[in-house]
Amino acid sequence: MRGSTREFAMGSALFRRQDGRLVAGIVIVGMFVTMAVAPWLFTSLDPAGLNLEARLTPPSAAHWLGTDATGNDIYTRIVYGSRTTLGTVIAVLAIASLFGIAVGSLSGYAGGWLDGLLMRTTDVFLAFPPLILALATNAVLGRGLRQTVFAVAFLWWPAYARLVRGQILALREQEFVESARVIGASRLRIIRHMLPNVIDPVIVRVSLDAGFVALTAASLSYLGLGAQPPTPEWGRMVAEGQMFLLDQWWVAAFPGIVLFILVVGFNLIGEALGDRIGQPYRESRVAVPGTAKEKN
Amino acid sequence: MGRYIARRLLQMVPVLLGVSVLTFALTNLLPGDPARAAAGRHATPQQLEEVRERLGLDQPLPAQYAMYMGRLARGDLGTSLTSRQSVAEELRLFFPATLELLLATMLIAVGVGIPLGVLTAARRGRWADRAFLGFSYFGVGMPVFFTALLLQIFFAGWLGWLPIAGRLGLATVPPPAFTGMYTVDALLAGQWTTVLDALRHLLLPALTLAIAGGSEVGRITRRSMLQALDEEYVRTARAKGVPERTVWLRHALPNAMLPTTTVIGLQVAFLLGGTVLIENIFSWGGLGTYAWTGIFRLDIPVIMGITLLATTVYLFVNLGVDLVYARLDPRIRYG
Repeated sequence: MRGSTREFAMGSALFRRQDGRLVAGIVIVGMFVTMAVAPWLFTSLDPAGLNLEARLTPPSAAHWLGTDATGNDIYTRIVYGSRTTLGTVIAVLAIASLFGIAVGSLSGYAGGWLDGLLMRTTDVFLAFPPLILALATNAVLGRGLRQTVFAVAFLWWPAYARLVRGQILALREQEFVESARVIGASRLRIIRHMLPNVIDPVIVRVSLDAGFVALTAASLSYLGLGAQPPTPEWGRMVAEGQMFLLDQWWVAAFPGIVLFILVVGFNLIGEALGDRIGQPYRESRVAVPGTAKEKN
Repeated sequence: MGRYIARRLLQMVPVLLGVSVLTFALTNLLPGDPARAAAGRHATPQQLEEVRERLGLDQPLPAQYAMYMGRLARGDLGTSLTSRQSVAEELRLFFPATLELLLATMLIAVGVGIPLGVLTAARRGRWADRAFLGFSYFGVGMPVFFTALLLQIFFAGWLGWLPIAGRLGLATVPPPAFTGMYTVDALLAGQWTTVLDALRHLLLPALTLAIAGGSEVGRITRRSMLQALDEEYVRTARAKGVPERTVWLRHALPNAMLPTTTVIGLQVAFLLGGTVLIENIFSWGGLGTYAWTGIFRLDIPVIMGITLLATTVYLFVNLGVDLVYARLDPRIRYG
């Protein structure tokens, strides 16, 4: 035991700090995942009832974080709200990254006019003002959680398409791909050889994006587009609590703080992983064509 | 360089075309009937048909798009379906408000972020560094709508130092319009009390956005400073006996500014269309508010106008970032 701690302590200062971030991030996100999977471990109350007698009571032993305007226990709604938020983040990133991988590998491998067309399409998406795109998409699809998921994923896929395309272009010149081509492997088979090498940067990117996706989705909900009541959603809860801000501060404050904690958890993981493969700290979702970054 | 800029300007055309097609498609997919939105709730079926015909909404979509682009080519952004005002005129009204907010935000974010990044890099591992890193997690991770509420409670609710929302106090007459930015216009007109009032209104929304932006700018500056100080040329400079101050400011800082420039460009890009939330919370009548109402009133020309304007500015900001890159790093040559 002693030996292992010594060894650990002997690692470079950078490495130790990175691991601290990773552990802290995993603990935070893990806690919310547990809440989402097994909310009954944390609370025995109903997140979406109606109990007007108990409306807007301050934090107490019975209601740890107080109650909201419908008399629901805020702590309970926060616990169940982790389901909404984590579900949204996972769905958005799954859709965006899978679609991005498909488009990016097609573009990178096919080259030629198809590559040109697909990349110009991503240019258009990346140049579009993001929040306006999300708002318009969400308005087209209608209010609701699933609609918000698609609206946010619509915003994020081009970043993945470009990332994957860049990886594929770099990999195409590598020896193992060359050898596969020489022995007459089919195109599909070659792409299958390449994909595992693309996955690492995508995973890092996902971890870097997760917090920002959570914030974007919560913002749309805050504006009233995302999850509809009675589904508990943190951004929406902040919006609902806003009118009681000065007197019943707990209604808006706690959901906001919890969202913040989750985002920090995601960011800690993202930064630790990003440092490990040398990916710069969250370069946001944008990588613009013809910028110096690509030229260097 | 001139040829490079010309080529970049040409490249903007297809992107703008694509954005216009995407916006046009999206807005026409919005649930509801734009003719009804334009004609008003109490229009008779006959009036509705008249409006539809007058606005060309009875034409097939490609024809409508062609009509719009034809007018756009002549510099006409069309007329708002709901307010019946010229969209260009309304943009001239709303855009300066957003620009003012954006400039104030970036002024704080860059003015505080870069020095903080450099200073904390110099104090790596000390308490100031740790305090800033801790704060930056807070800045980057806080939902802006929540930061906004906290600042409103604290500065407007409890302390009562700053107004909670709006661009000017009720008693204040807007300064003569020149740029459309109240602070600048009031300054130009020499109306000092108006300047002060506009600044007091500007402070909270700008601070809200700058906490997030400045944290990011500070972090990236700190990080790239540390990276730059690790480079060989810094060792060479030190070995030559260059004073430490010069090493930092003349050798490391310009190189560290490259990633910072990227982040600043991204921030501006994000803020262009991303102030919807803040404008909503602070009743800031800018582009975001205009977009929000446009989307929900099915005002197609309005949405088109906003996205085209925001995208154009965004593309120019990008070009600017690349030109700054070339200045900072002589190895980068465009031609």
